[in-house]
Amino acid sequence: MSRRRYEYPKIASSEITPEAIYLKRRSLMGLMAGTLAGAALSPFGAAAAAEHASGGAALKYSAVNKAIDGFSTDESLTPFEDATSYNNFYEFGMDKTDPKDFAHAMTTDPWSVKVGGLVSKPGQLHLEDLLSGFDLEERVYRLRCVEAWSMVVPWVGFPLADLLKRFEPKSEGKFVEFKTAYRRAEMRGTRSFSSSIDWPYREGLRIDEAMHPLTLMAVGLYGKTLPNQNGAPLRLVVPWKYGFKSIKSVVEINVVDKQPETSWQSLAPQEYGFYSNVNPEVDHPRWSQRYERRLPSSLFKPNRIETQLFNGYADQVASLYAGMDLARDY
Amino acid sequence: MVTQIRSHRSTPEWILRAITKHKYFNPALRGLVFLLSLVPFALICYRVALQDLGPDPAKVLMHETGDWMLRFLVLVLLATPLRRYGWGHLSRFRRMLGLFLFFYATLHLLVFAQVYVGWSGQVLLEELSERPYVLVGFVAWLVLLPLAITSTQAWQRRLKRRWKTLHQWVYLVPPLAVLHIYWLARSDYGIVLLYGLVFALLLGWRLQKKLSK
Repeated sequence: MSRRRYEYPKIASSEITPEAIYLKRRSLMGLMAGTLAGAALSPFGAAAAAEHASGGAALKYSAVNKAIDGFSTDESLTPFEDATSYNNFYEFGMDKTDPKDFAHAMTTDPWSVKVGGLVSKPGQLHLEDLLSGFDLEERVYRLRCVEAWSMVVPWVGFPLADLLKRFEPKSEGKFVEFKTAYRRAEMRGTRSFSSSIDWPYREGLRIDEAMHPLTLMAVGLYGKTLPNQNGAPLRLVVPWKYGFKSIKSVVEINVVDKQPETSWQSLAPQEYGFYSNVNPEVDHPRWSQRYERRLPSSLFKPNRIETQLFNGYADQVASLYAGMDLARDY
Repeated sequence: MVTQIRSHRSTPEWILRAITKHKYFNPALRGLVFLLSLVPFALICYRVALQDLGPDPAKVLMHETGDWMLRFLVLVLLATPLRRYGWGHLSRFRRMLGLFLFFYATLHLLVFAQVYVGWSGQVLLEELSERPYVLVGFVAWLVLLPLAITSTQAWQRRLKRRWKTLHQWVYLVPPLAVLHIYWLARSDYGIVLLYGLVFALLLGWRLQKKLSK
């Protein structure tokens, strides 16, 4: 609510021009096509429908392995247009549309990711390594934001485990910490005087969570490289945790022996825990987590559904937390 | 005798006089303010009809209606200080602006009932008991409700002196509204600071007047 400037509603005067109406109709048609294809065919149908809208480069990847539980879902995909225009990426502003409007300022080529800490072979990965140095595969995951909305997104990427193994984590490594790029010149949100986030954005996982087969390093969505607003060129996707755990535009990965402090934890420890597993029984202090709006939602059909424990991935991940009090370790 | 209008810095006095004193202009101006106040609502309806609210209309609609409620609250509270400093035009429309403030607050509540509560009494009770910002917002609306109902001249006559006391309850709304947006902020407190400062000035001015009497 607070993350807006004092300004008139964003109705550009250009919106009444025929061209804009034309574009709008085209995007609506694309949206419908995406939904239909997603429901009727496979994710690839939707990917084909979204092809024209995507600015990303085509990726070579293997089709989603539907035989493995959790790797895909039959739920309707969130259209490409929505998944790439409604984002939380506070480095570019607090509004949901800010990332799409301003993330293009971020340089993603060249890009390098420093991998270090408690590993036998510390080193760097460059953009080419990320895009062609791993076996890319598609995963269709639910994404549940802590703000009680959710999407279904077809990601392209590789397991984080594949990346970590390449650098040979030592046995003392109990956690993995991640950092997002922090470039004031390119990220207007980091220059905001009223933001209380201590940049760079940081996240973390326990090592067993990091090595879990569901934990993905995504380089693309809808079959193409990630748009900047979705965390190009490399982001984490942990489908059973709230969206803010899935850190974007990663530049640093360290294996560490102590639980790293995350950005949200240091900002409001009573609201955001280290684990942040999706859990309808543990409410955020300011809003219920029992329900979510599956996007796209509308005024007359809010598409409000019940949130599932571990975002529906309990069969795959509940064992990681056996014996833990999830209300205390939230 | 025509009361003296002190000239506004940027508007020539004769224009102000023509607009506000002329027998034809006054109702026209009232109509204009009414229509202008409906523009945000019209834009919201337009965006709903065109499905131009993005994938999550709930959020956009809550922000738009809440923002406009706050803006009208600022206008209503500005009327008296501005009149005291010689610019009485806003206070002519204070009643109308107050009703628009209630109008946007009610839209805010209706959107909440539709998209977050789903018109379920049980969910509403849950929200009120578990989400303090919801409770605070709802209390603010409840404070505004009797003020909107008794805003007519008939009620003003009926309640006599008590009418003014009742309508001073509006001073409860700014602190409730600021608390509401403070509890909703995740990491950026810019807008909270802005409204907090504006309301502190507007209420502080009144307190200072009262104390110096």
